[in-house]
Amino acid sequence: MAKKHISFTLNRQNIDVLVEPRELLIHVIREQLQKTGSHIGCETSHCGACTLDLNGQSVKACTVLAVQAEGGEVLTVEGLLQNDKLHPLQEAFMQEHGLQCGFCTPGMLMRAYRFLQENPQPTEAEIRSGMAGNLCRCTGYQNIIKAVQTAAKNMASA
Amino acid sequence: MIPPEFEYHRPETIDQALVLLTQHGEEAKILAGGHSLLPLMKLRFAEPAHLVDLNFIESLRGIKESNGLIEIAAMTTESQLITSPLLLDKCPLIPDAASQIADPQVRSRGTIGGDIVHADPGNDHPAIMLALEASFVILGSNGERIVPASGFFLGAFDTQLEENEILKAIQVPVSVAGSGHAYCKLKRKTGDFATAASAVSLVVEGGVCKKINIALTNVGATALKAEAAESILTGQTLSDLLMEKAVEKAMAICDPAEDLRGDREYKIHMAGEMTRRAIREAFAKATGGG
Repeated sequence: MAKKHISFTLNRQNIDVLVEPRELLIHVIREQLQKTGSHIGCETSHCGACTLDLNGQSVKACTVLAVQAEGGEVLTVEGLLQNDKLHPLQEAFMQEHGLQCGFCTPGMLMRAYRFLQENPQPTEAEIRSGMAGNLCRCTGYQNIIKAVQTAAKNMASA
Repeated sequence: MIPPEFEYHRPETIDQALVLLTQHGEEAKILAGGHSLLPLMKLRFAEPAHLVDLNFIESLRGIKESNGLIEIAAMTTESQLITSPLLLDKCPLIPDAASQIADPQVRSRGTIGGDIVHADPGNDHPAIMLALEASFVILGSNGERIVPASGFFLGAFDTQLEENEILKAIQVPVSVAGSGHAYCKLKRKTGDFATAASAVSLVVEGGVCKKINIALTNVGATALKAEAAESILTGQTLSDLLMEKAVEKAMAICDPAEDLRGDREYKIHMAGEMTRRAIREAFAKATGGG
């Protein structure tokens, strides 16, 4: 099948890449563009490890075709770092120990990044339902929830 | 897992999309949110040679009101339904149900139209559409037709939509004074389909149930309208006795398949319990108690 040229921005940089229509966004980002921060867990849109930001929305990049990103804006965990400074969410995940093995963390960070823009002052229950599309097999979620709370607090006072 | 090869089309108008569907016939599939179709393609349960992506057609997005009807464009996402001030005010059953579907990321892609026409018995919007007496605005190369939700669902994954047609919009009536609604859904975990769910929309006047619609999810090949249960309660004041009679009638139409969510007996029992809860909740909302 003929490959297609697609252009989009990845972490604020213009990207031009040749893809097959059947290639998933997560594969193109990890394999062609070498941004391996976004992980592949289940590849069935359940686990949320591949969560990234597409046009201002959280999506599971295993269930979006790369050709659908044409003309769009993509942000991955690599894009959270700005001027060599960690994002307040990354700081909060460190401070609250919001991870153990770290596999789900990029997806957690990217979902939390969008969630706190949708709801900057969430209750604990709102965080739990807002993060419900991301699975973690280590932490039991407690410290992840705390990390999102801490980040919300720090971002509000910044 | 990567889907099989296909040619990708990105029309910018409904007319362009219709031309593509006519041109490629049964080799073409419409791509809406993709959260049912892409998983099916990864598993080779679907292998369309052409995908017609509706995501970039502006006129298929948005929610508006005119002449007592709310019109929801088919590619409106679940997240847009949940946050729509118009729906929250005038048709709250839809955002209530949408917030119980999947998870936030899936809801940013999944669309109301895709959920309806895919017609998986586990999808939630078909029962909501039956409970709201919705109509579907369908476009084909021969023009537009409007089809009521009742009768639209023919079987599992089978509807009245022809292969060269597109669901353009969903029309639902604005809710009237004294109306109440509820969608009670039992699921094992976030992201799972319902073990059983029940949608209720009713109107109460002076304590009497003037009108009630009850529809069930995932306990049959399609969403099921529990008409016998509805007639038990229509024109009556709600009592425990009538409630139990109605619940029995709703359970009597269930024909679920046994799977990991439970055996038939359990699912039918849960459909009854969800119906009981949904009637109570809808009644409480209609009478100001909810």
